[in-house]
Amino acid sequence: MNPVNYLYLAALLFTIGATGVLIRRNAIVVFMCVELMLNACNLAFVAFSRMHGNLDGQVIAFFTMVVAAAEVVVGLAIIVSLFRSRHSASVDDASLMKL
Amino acid sequence: MSTAAAVHSLWTTAAADPISKIDAPKIEYGQLAPTLIVVGAAVVGILVEAFVPRKSRYYAQMFVSVVAFAAAFAAVVALAANGYATTKAGIAAMGAIAVDGPALFLQGTILLTALVGLFTFAERRLDPEAHGNRVDSFAAQAASVPGSDSEKRAVKAGFTTTEVFPLLLFAVAGMLVFPAANDLLTLFVALEVLSLPLYLLCALARRKRLMSQEAAVKYFLLGAFASAFTLFGIALLYGYAGSMSYAAIAQVVDGTVPEVTPALADTMGNDALLLIGAALLVMGLLFKVGAVPFHMWTPDVYQGAPTPVTGFMAAATKVAAFGALLRILYVVLPGLRWDWRPVMWAVAIVTMVVGAIVAITQTDIKRLLAYSAISHAGFILAGVIAATPSGISSVLFYLAAYSFVTIGAFAVVTLVRDAGGEATHLSKWAGLGRRSPLVAAVFAVFLLAFAGIPLTSGFAGKFAVFKAAAEGGAVPLVVVGVIASAIAAFFYIRVIVLMFFSEPRPEGPTVAVPSPLTMTAIGVGVAVTVVLGVAPQYFLELAGDAGVFVR
Repeated sequence: MNPVNYLYLAALLFTIGATGVLIRRNAIVVFMCVELMLNACNLAFVAFSRMHGNLDGQVIAFFTMVVAAAEVVVGLAIIVSLFRSRHSASVDDASLMKL
Repeated sequence: MSTAAAVHSLWTTAAADPISKIDAPKIEYGQLAPTLIVVGAAVVGILVEAFVPRKSRYYAQMFVSVVAFAAAFAAVVALAANGYATTKAGIAAMGAIAVDGPALFLQGTILLTALVGLFTFAERRLDPEAHGNRVDSFAAQAASVPGSDSEKRAVKAGFTTTEVFPLLLFAVAGMLVFPAANDLLTLFVALEVLSLPLYLLCALARRKRLMSQEAAVKYFLLGAFASAFTLFGIALLYGYAGSMSYAAIAQVVDGTVPEVTPALADTMGNDALLLIGAALLVMGLLFKVGAVPFHMWTPDVYQGAPTPVTGFMAAATKVAAFGALLRILYVVLPGLRWDWRPVMWAVAIVTMVVGAIVAITQTDIKRLLAYSAISHAGFILAGVIAATPSGISSVLFYLAAYSFVTIGAFAVVTLVRDAGGEATHLSKWAGLGRRSPLVAAVFAVFLLAFAGIPLTSGFAGKFAVFKAAAEGGAVPLVVVGVIASAIAAFFYIRVIVLMFFSEPRPEGPTVAVPSPLTMTAIGVGVAVTVVLGVAPQYFLELAGDAGVFVR
C-alpha cells in the first residue's frame, strides 16, 4: 500500500484532534484530543520514515511517546487539582481572570 | 568439529562483521558541560527531596541550585574563553547540539537570569510567618485542595514546596538546550523539558490558589496544543527533507543537497510539505515567545502564576524561545526567507501594536507587564526579521537587557502587599512613591527601561534592534515600532505618575521589607539596566562577536 495514504490519515487525525481541542469543554477531553494530535504526528513520522527508508522517523516516534507520557503525568496532575478545588473540569468555568 | 561449529553458528554470529558497524556515539562532555551540570543538579535536587529531612531541605536545595547555576555559568564562560563562541564553534553530541556564539551567549544569559530568579523563588520574608514558620510564595502542599482542612494542616505543620527548586533546574536545563538544539528532535525534547516544569510551577502559588491553578490549566492546555502543532511541523519538515538535522534540511531547502535519493526527489518537489511544516514549527515557537496571534495565554498565565515564577518565565523562556526561533530562521530556513519575512513582518507589526494598545486598558500590574511583554516580543521580532548578522547580535543584546529588567520588575511586584497577599491592582499602587520612595523609584527605573527611555538598557536594546531592522530593509516596520513604543511609553509613564503624583490611599498596601535575596535580585536588575543603558558598547560588541551561527 502506498505510504502516502497514511499521511492523509495522519492529517485527518490531526485535524480531528485540533477541532476537538477547539470545541470540547471538558479539560480531560481537550487533553485527549491533544494526545490524538501527538499520535497523528507519530503516524506521519513513521510513514515518512518508510518513504525515505531511514530510521529517524521511527526513533522520533519513540521520543514522542515518552514525551506524551510525561505530558499526561503533568497534565492530569494539574487538571485533577483544578477539578478537586472546583468540582468541575470545564474549561469554560475557569474564568477568574476574565476582564 | 565442523558440525559443532555449524551448530554453534545457529545462535551466535561472528563478532567482526555487523557489530563493528555500530560506532559508539561520541559525546563532547566538556562542550555540553553547562547543560549537564544543570541536569545533574536537578537529579540531585530530586534525591534531596527524597532523603533529606524536611527542615533542612530548603537550605540543601538552595545550595544545590546556586552551585549548579554558578558552575554552569562558569562552564559557559570557560567555553567562550576557549574560543568555542568564535573560532572553535562546532556541533557536539553527534549533531544534536550546536556550540557556537549565539548558543553560549543565550545560555549565559539564561543561567544568570535563572540565578537571579532563584533568589526570588527562595524569598521567605515577604509573607507573614504562618504558625511560626517562614514561608515562601509557593503552596504549603500543592496536592491539598484550597481552603480545605488538609491545606490548613499543611500550613500549620509548616510545609513548603521545596520541589520548586528541582523544577526550576529542569526548566533551565530545557532552556539551555532549546537555543542550542541542532536537530528537530532535540528541539522538541528541549521544548517539552522546559515547558512541563513551568506548567507545574504556575500551579503552585500560596495565595490566590484558584487563580494559580486556572493559569496552570490554561498554560498547559494551550502549551500542549501548540507543541502538537510544532511536532506536526517537524514531521512535515522531516518528510520534506528526509532528515532531522538543521544543516541537512537547509541543504534540501537551498537545493544544494549532494545526493538525491528517489524518495527525496519525490518529497523535495512538494513545496506544501516545506511551507506548511515551516509554518507550523515557527508557530509553536511564536507561541512560546508570546507573539500575537499566539499570545492569548500570556496575560492569564502571567497574572495567575506565582510572581517569582512569572518573572523567571517572562525573562528566561523568552530568551530561550527567541534563540531557537533565530536558529530555525537563520540556519534551517534562510533559503525560504522570501516566504517567511512577509509573514513575520505582519506578526511583528500586529504584536507591537496589539501589545501596546491593549496594555493601556489594563488595571492589574501583572497583566500590564504581560501585555508589555507581548509588545516587547514584537520589538525583538523586528530584529529577527532583519536577516543580517547585526539582526542576530541586536536580538542577543535586547534579550540580555530585557530579561534582567523583567525579572527585577516582577521582583518589585512581590514587595507591594496587603492582607490578601500581593496587591496587584493598579489603584492600590497610587501614591506608592510617597510611602516608599525607594521601591517606587526602582520600579520607575524598570518602567523607563521598558519604555526605552535613553540611559536605560531598554533604549540601547531598542536602538540596536530598530537599527538592524532598518539596515535589513524593514523601514516601515521601524516606523510602526517607534509609534508602538510611544503608545507603550504612555502607560508606563501613567504608572509612574500614579505612583508619585497621586494621594496614597489610607487602606493602601504596605511594602514588605525583603531579605537580601530579593534585594539582590532587584539590585542586579537595576545595575544591569543602568550599566547596559549608560555603557552598552562593550556588551554590544560581545553580542556582535557572538552573533554567528554554526551550521
